[in-house]
Amino acid sequence: MADYTKMWTDLGLNLDNHDALLANLGGAYQSIFMTQENRPAGMGYFDFVMSEAHGLRIQELREEQEAGRKIIGSFCVFVPEEIVLAAGCTSVGLCSGADFAQEEVEKVLPRNTCSLIKSFFGFSLGKVCPYMEVSDLIVGENTCDGKKKAFETFKEMVPNFYQMDMPQNKAPMGRKLLTHEYKAFLAKLEEMTGKKISKKDLQEGIAIVNAKRAALSRLAILRAADPCPISGLDALLINQIAFLDNPARFTEKLNALCDELDVLVKEKKGAIAEKAPRVIISGCPMAIPNWKVPAVIEAAGAVIVGEESCIGERGQRNATDDSAETLDGLIDAVVDRYFKIDCAVFTPNQERVEHIKEMTKNYNADGVIHYGLQFCQPYIMESFSVEKTLEKDGISVLRLETDYSQEDMGQLSTRVEAFVEIIK
Amino acid sequence: MIQAGIDIGSRSIELVVIEEGKVIVSRQAESGYNPVERVQELLADISFDRMMTTGYGRASLEIAFDYPTVTEIKAYGTGAASLHPGVRGILDIGGQDTKVISLNENGKVSKFEMNDKCAAGTGKFLEMMATTLGYQQHTLGLEALKGQEGIEINSMCAVFAESEVTSLLAKGCQRADIALAIHQSVCRRAVGMIKRQDLKTPILFAGGVANNACMIHLLKQTFGDDLIIPESPQFVGAYGAAVLAGL
Repeated sequence: MADYTKMWTDLGLNLDNHDALLANLGGAYQSIFMTQENRPAGMGYFDFVMSEAHGLRIQELREEQEAGRKIIGSFCVFVPEEIVLAAGCTSVGLCSGADFAQEEVEKVLPRNTCSLIKSFFGFSLGKVCPYMEVSDLIVGENTCDGKKKAFETFKEMVPNFYQMDMPQNKAPMGRKLLTHEYKAFLAKLEEMTGKKISKKDLQEGIAIVNAKRAALSRLAILRAADPCPISGLDALLINQIAFLDNPARFTEKLNALCDELDVLVKEKKGAIAEKAPRVIISGCPMAIPNWKVPAVIEAAGAVIVGEESCIGERGQRNATDDSAETLDGLIDAVVDRYFKIDCAVFTPNQERVEHIKEMTKNYNADGVIHYGLQFCQPYIMESFSVEKTLEKDGISVLRLETDYSQEDMGQLSTRVEAFVEIIK
Repeated sequence: MIQAGIDIGSRSIELVVIEEGKVIVSRQAESGYNPVERVQELLADISFDRMMTTGYGRASLEIAFDYPTVTEIKAYGTGAASLHPGVRGILDIGGQDTKVISLNENGKVSKFEMNDKCAAGTGKFLEMMATTLGYQQHTLGLEALKGQEGIEINSMCAVFAESEVTSLLAKGCQRADIALAIHQSVCRRAVGMIKRQDLKTPILFAGGVANNACMIHLLKQTFGDDLIIPESPQFVGAYGAAVLAGL
């Protein structure tokens, strides 16, 4: 990596903290990803993006900013990238996948808060997330109680926070609320950029995001093959990078990788041995660099064939219809697409378990590992009914509850290995 | 063929050697600070054809001796099903964890649950409570059986329970009564885990805590004859590993 010290200093990063974080990340990446065997050649691009995630990519974003684009940071798949792009802005996902500056965080948040929320507080307080610092606007969404209450504190910590309200159910009133919020968000972006969004702008935004989602779903389908042409870790990494990279370039590189995987599948060549036990991960999102549980699962000899997760299929399924004649019509289509996301903050949320079943079948999975972050009420509550419903259908389920610390690795490994022994 | 199984737990290590299905050696040692060395001592005069290891420290044996490993879940499942064919559930309370395991009609593990990160309600918890009450670890259960009902211990955390016990002692409660209350709280927790998993019966009670007379007494109140206490409860995992070594 080139020397980005000046850029990081300009961004206001705490260089000591940041060095410590990068050293940690680099080590984890080496031991988790680079030790995998039989990785497709196309992963080289994604390794490169990761190695430059805090370097070249940030430099690109700064260049975009100099050319007049605004950078919109967000934490959730409910923030519509189509609208961000239509406004001539760039969307980035913000860091929330590792513990940082815990002592500082616990001065402002209760200890019993989920790791994900604590994480973005830590990255902000420790001044180590260049994405957060480069963002012109940070969008928080009122999904779970933890986030929406934490945002009350967070918005005092950053100068550029924008809060988006969220429905709690899928009734017409809920849809109305989401429509209202998306229109308000669009107006906010117009105000920031001084640019009026046209129907054509939104159509172009939709086309870029649809192409990205199509490539991600192409990758998802390729993982149905046995032997699986790509490890679950690598597939998760690609889904994580989808939130950071330039969308058009990402799509092109992912399609190139999928071309390679097409050939591997035809030749019955796998990244993981044939007949390896196949697992779907379902539950809380795994933001970069949260690779703990997938690493444990694949070290136990299983292969992850799908993520029922926001960073995964829940966040990426469904395209946005771009056929409407008017801007309002297109906004409605965007709302339609996002309103289908079956996040556990909704009640009822029966679609989610149906999707898990569908994924289990489509990707020939032998079992489901439900991943719950400690203190994530929506997903942990739902995990009980998910487990019951799936088991009624004869699908084996292991419910895990963990956080970002490494102290429960031993117990996690034992549980996962025992689960793999069961589904083998 | 001579098959050996080692269960290397957080508190103790068990070795079982079987020949043609018959146990010819069973030994135990404390894990201590260098469990790999303890294993070497246990194996000093043993010859075997095949070995399987299990338990929390299995990875260290894989690294030190290149022995194959299996999780304690599968080892206990196999051990229980081989010792008592027809068993459908296992409650294992060991040194630092509690496991509830469901077995299907064929004796295969179908589901399991383990306690969380800490040692609440495990053998280590009872050991600490024995110290607080001034009992020997191995007599704690017998003393508790002499206790009168009526006290309730609410805390499962060893640290908090200790202060709860201290304040009960300060109030003048009899230590045997407190000991009984401690067992009742461990028992409630175990029964809760069993009920949550809808465990079928009969249930085999394994692990070191299955040697505790008061725990057996209390669990029998709920499960009666559906609770089986094997001859050597803490050797079930090592026995299972020895059986698996032959497969």
